[in-house]
Amino acid sequence: MEQQADTSKIGMWLFLVTEILLFGGLFVGFGMMQARYPQEFLEAHEHLQRPLGSLNTVVLLISSFTMVMGVLSAQRNDKKKLVMYLIFTIICACIFLGVKYFEYSHKFEEHLLPPRWYHAQPGDTVRDAAGNVSPGYGTFFAFYFMMTGLHGFHILVGIILLAWLAIRAHRGEFSSKYYTPVDLVGLYWHLVDLIWIYLFPLYYLIK
Amino acid sequence: MSTHESTHQHAHGSGVYVKTLAALLLLTLITVAASYIDFGSGNVVIALLIASMKASLVALFFMHVYYSTRLTKMIVASGLFWLILLLFIKIGRAHV
Repeated sequence: MEQQADTSKIGMWLFLVTEILLFGGLFVGFGMMQARYPQEFLEAHEHLQRPLGSLNTVVLLISSFTMVMGVLSAQRNDKKKLVMYLIFTIICACIFLGVKYFEYSHKFEEHLLPPRWYHAQPGDTVRDAAGNVSPGYGTFFAFYFMMTGLHGFHILVGIILLAWLAIRAHRGEFSSKYYTPVDLVGLYWHLVDLIWIYLFPLYYLIK
Repeated sequence: MSTHESTHQHAHGSGVYVKTLAALLLLTLITVAASYIDFGSGNVVIALLIASMKASLVALFFMHVYYSTRLTKMIVASGLFWLILLLFIKIGRAHV
């Protein structure tokens, strides 16, 4: 059983490596566009709400903590705590999505969107002779929605997996002898946290 | 088969996790605070450095890479290798 557990983890790690390369490619794209439109990206990123981004970062870090505490509870055969920690993790994930909903709403209201739908903002300095803003602004938001959206989708999938785990745990399907699914979903969840750890500074913080 | 420690045998308690979370929250505070100071071209470097420290903590302790088998460590390292390769190619192209 131990060998099966180890093998499953290796399988999950291989999947996580593919996820790292997926987001890695998107980060590279973002970097290249930033190099092409530095001033626009600088001005556009001011529209992102740093306190909300910071709150989301803290929420996800806490959710990683509750997740790993869940795994520890499974190792210690503590069913009640396992279910409790899984539920806490789900709550944190929902808070994260809730904050994102606020952020997205704000963007839509202000028309901070990909180039086709972007509306020029007062602070936008890079314009052509006719006064039209450079496509760089919309490009920033195209990447913003693409990457945070894909990340948010991963969070949603994570919530579904965590809920499935919580139901199984409540039914007593896990013990210190077998808790592999908890371990594996945990690894996935930490990866989602890891991606945000890089998303947050690159989009919200860097000047 | 015998040289690895499987997670089943972890004797450590929650202390490691609490300390890791504390470090992560502190690093988050630092990176947000640092973002209000302009270090010029150092901004990106500092932000990514702090992010990488946080990422390492999550990987090593929350994901148990620190305690994992050599095979797992190699897989993680290979993932990082390909990622770094990708980034270097991008940096190389940025000056084209």
